[in-house]
Amino acid sequence: MTAETVTTPAPNGAEPPAIRYNFAYLDEQTKRMIRRAILKAIAIPGYQVPFAGREMPMPYGWGTGGVQVTAAILGACDVLKVIDQGSDDTTNAVAIRSFFETTAGVATTTRTADATVIQTRHRIPETPLKAGQVLVFQVPIPEPLRFLEPRETETRRLHGLGDYGLIHVKLYEDIARHGHIATTYAYPVTVNGRYVMDPSPIPKFDNPKMHMSPALQLFGAGREKRIYAVPPFTPVVPLDFEDHPFAVQHFAEPCALCGGQGVYLDEVILDDAGGRMFVCSDTDYCATRQGEGHTGRMSAPYAAPPATAATGAEPPIAASGSGDRP
Amino acid sequence: MNAPLLNAPLFPAAVGAADTPLLIAEGLTRYYGARLGCGDVNLTLHPGEVLAIVGESGSGKSTLLGLLSTELAPSAGRVLYRMRDGATRDLEALTEGERRLLLRTDWGFVRQHAEQGLRMAVSAGGNVGERLMAVGERHYGRIRAEAIDWLGRVEIAAERIDDDPRTFSGGMRQRLQIARNLVTRPRLVFMDEPTGGLDVSVQARLLDLIRQLVAEFGLAVVIVTHDLAVARLLSHRIMVMKSGHVIEEGLTDQVLDDPREPYTQLLVSSVLMP
Amino acid sequence: MIATALSAAGTAEPLLAVEAIAKRFTLHLQGGVTLPVVAGVSFSVFPGECVALGGPSGAGKSSILKMVYGNYRTDTGRILVADAPAPVDVATAEPRRLIRLRRERIGYVSQFLRVIPRVCALDVVAEPLVAEGVDKGAALARAGALLARLNLPERLWRLPPATFSGGEQQRVNVARGFIGAQPLLLLDEPTASLDAANRAVVIDLIAEKKAAGCALVGIFHDADTRDAVADRVVDVTRFSA
Repeated sequence: MTAETVTTPAPNGAEPPAIRYNFAYLDEQTKRMIRRAILKAIAIPGYQVPFAGREMPMPYGWGTGGVQVTAAILGACDVLKVIDQGSDDTTNAVAIRSFFETTAGVATTTRTADATVIQTRHRIPETPLKAGQVLVFQVPIPEPLRFLEPRETETRRLHGLGDYGLIHVKLYEDIARHGHIATTYAYPVTVNGRYVMDPSPIPKFDNPKMHMSPALQLFGAGREKRIYAVPPFTPVVPLDFEDHPFAVQHFAEPCALCGGQGVYLDEVILDDAGGRMFVCSDTDYCATRQGEGHTGRMSAPYAAPPATAATGAEPPIAASGSGDRP
Repeated sequence: MNAPLLNAPLFPAAVGAADTPLLIAEGLTRYYGARLGCGDVNLTLHPGEVLAIVGESGSGKSTLLGLLSTELAPSAGRVLYRMRDGATRDLEALTEGERRLLLRTDWGFVRQHAEQGLRMAVSAGGNVGERLMAVGERHYGRIRAEAIDWLGRVEIAAERIDDDPRTFSGGMRQRLQIARNLVTRPRLVFMDEPTGGLDVSVQARLLDLIRQLVAEFGLAVVIVTHDLAVARLLSHRIMVMKSGHVIEEGLTDQVLDDPREPYTQLLVSSVLMP
Repeated sequence: MIATALSAAGTAEPLLAVEAIAKRFTLHLQGGVTLPVVAGVSFSVFPGECVALGGPSGAGKSSILKMVYGNYRTDTGRILVADAPAPVDVATAEPRRLIRLRRERIGYVSQFLRVIPRVCALDVVAEPLVAEGVDKGAALARAGALLARLNLPERLWRLPPATFSGGEQQRVNVARGFIGAQPLLLLDEPTASLDAANRAVVIDLIAEKKAAGCALVGIFHDADTRDAVADRVVDVTRFSA
């Protein structure tokens, strides 16, 4: 990558602005340092590599780790997508997308299939990722053993020795208190049969998507200055007990807008009388399906194509979706 | 027994007669800067033997316990241990992984302050089950059955299994520590003032329990105490420490009934008799 | 020398051979004053024999008994207890050896019961048998039989003896001492707090041990009991240091 300089486009075509950024904000030495950390992380799947995290022009907790990883891997030809809880249009996603539009001038998209780099907070897109794509996770607490062992020196030693009994204690506690493993997000996984890793606070629903994914998955923790990675086609196995095996959440009803099933849904409260709806957490996936003519129980009448437009692949949705409409 | 993994090849049957020492310390010495913590201590401990280390605060007895249990590194000397496979190893030569496996399978450590020996935010069942999970048990039902069995042995009601130790009395916490340590059937247990700070009636119950378990499982125990009554009740042998050195040792009743050293005579004569 | 001929197998050799033992206490807390107890103590005890140690209070009878048991240390001399393959010298034996010797060869009935908290009378009595490897149920049955013989009310069996009267505690103590199969039995005033009926039981028990080939060494405050059980008396005053 060349050390090109991006000039922010002047608003209203006025004077060129005084602020000029290096490509993707970070200086080249810093990006090189981060890339070295990334390469090491890829070489040792699931291992947390310390790196000299920089101060970014946003507060910790807003994705500074992911932003630094993205900045280090972004090239001029990349197409960037940023999601927050599956959504392209929440404050965090919009802010980060505009940050890279401003500092790197790269193309951005909301379509999963069109993106080369996807920075994400707390979700993996529903559309299966392809080889060549990079998924960058924002990570608040990278250490999966932190719950039971506060000492960093000790957790590092436990990782070194593959001494992971402790994390099963947490799962045991879940079952003892709730009757099942109640950890529903940041569900710990074993990567490549060696390191136990916190997959960041994604719902455990997304855990199976990490397993043998063709895409490269990178994790950046800004506050704790750690980078870790899951290379393409790497086994990622959730921890569990023989008599309490790992299982993902199931949703009783399909998406109320696109009728999608087998996807992760958000609950939306509609009124004070208990009215609620379940919609896709992945806004791009939902919009794409709606654009293809899929409908759900609460699709707006003007957006709803005729019931016959539903593809044959989704008979239950079409049935329930159209049947409910007045 | 419902812990089949404990019979797995990880732990071949104990070999060697009871006449072969389990633990040997040679010339154990530890300095804290220029100050001597513990100097030139030699001892051997056989299976099923209970050794009490007595002395007042600062006598070096806790340092010695730390050295024997590999929590402290000696300035000089070494500790040898006969592993479950029958081989006697220098503990300093163990890899960190081997050392940890030893600590959580063949050894136990019951501490005076339960919060140092227990995970206070984890339920009683989780505390007992941790060692099982650490050696690879991955069946929740079996872990739980074993935990209930052990809570019963230490006289904690099964319905307390999901309560965390913060809700337990001091005596219960100590009993839970014992269960947590014994669940992997260790052969050697270190105890550091296990009855310290407990009411007399609670102490009596705990001592009785320890006595029973030691006999039932043939445990070798190194117990540090300043309470000579505890030493008399539990131990076969006694070592008296003063200023970092062992000044007198022998059969417990012999040392306590016929103390030879001035300091030991002072210790024995200082005990309050009810 | 007796010791060379001493063996557990032969019946003609002594079970206990005390050879020129001496004992003194050094009281460091009283300016290091030394307190001589006994010197030059020598005697032997043979199978089927009960030897009484005689002499006034303070002559060192109890100290000799405690030295034989290894409870007191011996300054000089040897205390040979028959064992296979060779006799063991209590005065120099390692603690581990001494513990085994006590379990297998030497029983001891002290004047006072050392109470173990929370352990009931029946378990206190049965414990030496369990330590020998006898089945717990059988051990408890024999303990019960012995306590019954010593007229300890059955309602007390399941209680810890801490709250018992002196006589009741002593009977528990006697039962605990006599239940084992050790061939050498040391008795330190076993009948001191007992009434006539229970004294008679103890006398019977001693007779049974003698008949079984055990060797007994005892201190008997009560002359009637001593005359009833002792085959000979070793006068301790001649060993005074």
